[in-house]
Amino acid sequence: METIWETISELYGEYGASQTSLSLISFDDKNKNAVLRTGHTTVDIVRTTLASITRIRDKPAAVHVLTVSGTLKALHKSLRQ
Amino acid sequence: MKKAYADLHLRANISDESQVSRLINKASTFGYSLVSVPLSPWTPERQLQQVQRVCDEAAVDFASRVDLKPHTPEELLKDVRKLRRRFELVAVMCESKVVARQAAKDRRVDLLNFPQPDFRRSFFDSAEAELASSCLASLEVDMRPLLTQEGAARARLLSLLRREVQTAKEFHVPIVLSSGVSEELLIRRPLDLAALSFLLGLNKNAATEAVSQNPMAIVRRNREKLSPRFIAPGIRVTRRGNDC
Repeated sequence: METIWETISELYGEYGASQTSLSLISFDDKNKNAVLRTGHTTVDIVRTTLASITRIRDKPAAVHVLTVSGTLKALHKSLRQ
Repeated sequence: MKKAYADLHLRANISDESQVSRLINKASTFGYSLVSVPLSPWTPERQLQQVQRVCDEAAVDFASRVDLKPHTPEELLKDVRKLRRRFELVAVMCESKVVARQAAKDRRVDLLNFPQPDFRRSFFDSAEAELASSCLASLEVDMRPLLTQEGAARARLLSLLRREVQTAKEFHVPIVLSSGVSEELLIRRPLDLAALSFLLGLNKNAATEAVSQNPMAIVRRNREKLSPRFIAPGIRVTRRGNDC
């Protein structure tokens, strides 16, 4: 999450980062999947931020958005499929 | 109907079979229907068939592409004349204004790429865009520099690209978003690539078109033109023989 906040701040500034209301809902360490929550008007900002991440704690990394959903129930159903 | 996404600039090293395989398989996993790898005009047939085979195994369509880096307009004309019918995509890496102008007004050129973005020397201006819009050239934006640069360098790059994209939009020049990557870790899913283009001022529809309709339209058009049945735009041979 630290990397995500840093990257949003780099791209959109602290003001832009504050508008996202970003929070971590859950993280599956085994599959390296995370569920993030953000405001529906700032989905594109978060998506752009995640796509631009190339390093996490100085190690090369990439973050890919699997799916976007309005509710957790629909999200988990979509992930199961 | 499910959208088809394309990455027209996957810079795999053709002589490294494993790298080609990894990149193409990754692109396939991420949902790309079509990829294009720049080839040299002297690429042996064996290597081309090997790339084609990897694409077939990954269930991805492959479009052959050549990247031209001419120093003069005359060199560009000579290269295009020689190579147009051998490759499905012809991209010109414009490193000077005169080459960019010539490429923009040549109907045989598909993609205009400006690989050394220097904010002091922006070649894609309104005159260039007007030429490109009356021919068939599209503006190709590689996303790799956005991923690899940071800080002030990235801010300058974004500023330049935003200006170019805005100019392209004003003159209705199609924009094509490509990854331009040669490393597996830098490949992004199509919608993530489109999301990166929000930084350049593209809206959601335009960004999605830039990774789907625009590149697919170029390949479809060129395949039709290179087909032996093609005579002229809108005219093609449907049947041959004595009884037609």
